Amino acid sequence: MSLLEVKNLKASIEGQTILKGIHLTINPGEVHAIMGPNGSGKSTLAQILAGNENYEVSSDSEILLRGENIISMPPEERTRKGIFIAFQYPVEIPGLSNTEFLHTAVNEIRNARGLEPIDIWDFEKQLKGKMKEIGLDPSFSERSVNEGFSGGEKKRNEIVQMAVLEPILSILDETDSGLDIDALKSVAEGVNRMRSPQRSFIVITHYQRLLNYIRPDFVHVLYKGRIVRSGGFELALELEQKGYDWLKTEEETETSSVGAIS
Amino acid sequence: MSEIKMNIPEKEKNGTTKNGEDMSAINDFVNKEYAYGWVTPIEEEPFPFGLNEDIIRKISEKKEEPEWMTEWRLKAYRTWTQMQEPHWAFIKYKTPDFQAIRYYAAPKMKKKSNSIEEVEPEILKTFEKLGIPLEEQKRLVGIAVDAVFDSVSVATTHQEILGKFGIIFCSMSEAIRNYPELVQRYLGSVVPPSDNFYASLNSAVFSDGSFVYVPKGVKCPMDLSTYFRINSAQTGQFERTLIIADEGAEVSYLEGCTAPIRDENQLHAAVVELVAHKNATIRYSTVQNWYAGDEEGRGGIFNFVTKRGKCVGDNSRISWTQVETGSAITWKYPSCILQGDNSTGEFYSVALTRNKQQADTGTKMIHIGKNTRSTIISKTISAGMSQNTYRGMVRVMPKAENARNYTQCDSLLIGNRCGAHTFPHLDIRNSSASVEHEATTSKINEEQLFYCRARGIRPENAISLVVNGFCKEVFEHLPMEFAVEATRLLSVSLEGSVG
Repeated sequence: MSLLEVKNLKASIEGQTILKGIHLTINPGEVHAIMGPNGSGKSTLAQILAGNENYEVSSDSEILLRGENIISMPPEERTRKGIFIAFQYPVEIPGLSNTEFLHTAVNEIRNARGLEPIDIWDFEKQLKGKMKEIGLDPSFSERSVNEGFSGGEKKRNEIVQMAVLEPILSILDETDSGLDIDALKSVAEGVNRMRSPQRSFIVITHYQRLLNYIRPDFVHVLYKGRIVRSGGFELALELEQKGYDWLKTEEETETSSVGAIS
Repeated sequence: MSEIKMNIPEKEKNGTTKNGEDMSAINDFVNKEYAYGWVTPIEEEPFPFGLNEDIIRKISEKKEEPEWMTEWRLKAYRTWTQMQEPHWAFIKYKTPDFQAIRYYAAPKMKKKSNSIEEVEPEILKTFEKLGIPLEEQKRLVGIAVDAVFDSVSVATTHQEILGKFGIIFCSMSEAIRNYPELVQRYLGSVVPPSDNFYASLNSAVFSDGSFVYVPKGVKCPMDLSTYFRINSAQTGQFERTLIIADEGAEVSYLEGCTAPIRDENQLHAAVVELVAHKNATIRYSTVQNWYAGDEEGRGGIFNFVTKRGKCVGDNSRISWTQVETGSAITWKYPSCILQGDNSTGEFYSVALTRNKQQADTGTKMIHIGKNTRSTIISKTISAGMSQNTYRGMVRVMPKAENARNYTQCDSLLIGNRCGAHTFPHLDIRNSSASVEHEATTSKINEEQLFYCRARGIRPENAISLVVNGFCKEVFEHLPMEFAVEATRLLSVSLEGSVG
């Protein structure tokens, strides 16, 4: 069975249609890259997969996680079932330490899966270990969630959270934006360390750069709310060379020719 | 005899709002039930309703007070009759009918209890249910408790151990009988009987409360605490607390309070006075959880309290930490008079209001001595249809060279039917003063909640994590057990917020 199947996903916010029928199938162990210009709907797709309830999703859309339609499932339940999103703009929560935050998260997830809670001291040790691996100083475990972190530190912190929560499907929403090359490498290493035949990834990005380090199995091009091209890694290279403008011209030609006929 | 009555609030059902967000979690958060709303079935000896000089004489007589105390009360009463109830606070309520209140109610005792073994079992059970076991073998370790039930102190624990250090910790009634010189010297020295309407009323009719005296150079080996329980209906609670730290002494005092759920409002008008001599430190922490009324605003305690500390000596320090979650109306300003040079006053406050609660709370820092310092950290959280006001005054007197104050007021709004207000008042009469004021108001952030939920955290827990984070700077100043209690209380009080 495929891990994730998105069927005819249509969504809008405040009356504006963003996604116009997305179809996507992801099998266990696969890495899918989703590329596309600004405003094409990449982040909306990520937010909807994670369960953001601010979007109106059309009633005939389906999101199947291992065959179960999760379209109306609240975000926390999706996470407990193994979905994880690394946010493009991680929010700050003043006064709440990373340890306390993630300890609560891990124990709620464990509880939902019928597992015993984990002790906070043991947890903190684990967390510090993951932080070291991903190049974040272990002292960040005591800092308030994302508060006063640099852009790179925030992104690393997202990857730390992913490593701690051990999802089966990770959505990385422009995790590469604002990262210098060293941060990019350690983030990619963090992701690659977690790759396994069971675990899948959706990597959302503008640029092919990140994909040099996290090599995707499939590349999809999202444009104006639709997936307009799918292919292998070579599609990412093509995009890097040609940019996104050719999509626009292609689409404009299509519409104008349609217009000419009618 | 009263019966157990519980108002089970009908849970708001509404699921989605304009954005299609699921708000039910926030509603649940706001409409959490009050866990301490039961009534102890015990026979009480209440006074008749109403107030006059005879009632005051009877209270005094009941307490076997000396003549000077009776006179002190009567003088306060006569002052009170000339006073007007103040209306400057940002609260709306019906003025209590002072003739429709009982001013004294005590559980009927077979005889006066001299030891805990003689306290009525029902009362012991009450406190045990509240988490404050009083019996010798069950007592809390490392914390001495004075348990006040309606108008009387029923037991004070660990007195012997404290006695070895020369520390006096007893009920106010006992102090008046056994330590008249100390009481006469300090009672009303910080909050004079003519101070304000409710302080005068309290001075006339105060029933019980705690008295603490820590002698020179003694650091109190354990935290002291008073637990106030209102049980009787239609009875006001008027406790009076007096804490004196002599030169170089240190004491940490905790106060907790609960009351049954009742449809009518009950008046609680307390006075707390703190006196810190040279090099002395007093830390006073409150977790106030009086019954707050139901979601329609019926019932609940009117909490009209005067709390003030005086740093009399040089290098003395008074620190107030309060967590206010209960009461229909809260009207209190724990303050510091910084008279001694280099003295320090601190106020750390979390005030949470929900349903139709109203709070007008804050502090006054009066800088008189040189190099005096004050810090004010106020966090208000408003949910439901509540109104939450910070009102503060910083006054620097002409001789207070190099006075410093730092004030930070942060308000958090949950939902869009509540209000948060800040009224800072600065009165600076010395140009060497340095006074800083920072204020923020924010709504509980949907993005923060989504972020938590995307990590698998339930919405109620997400709100509680965000709110507890918001309050952290204040909780850090609470003693350990109280910090745990405060965190728990906030989560409970917050369950079902935002609408």
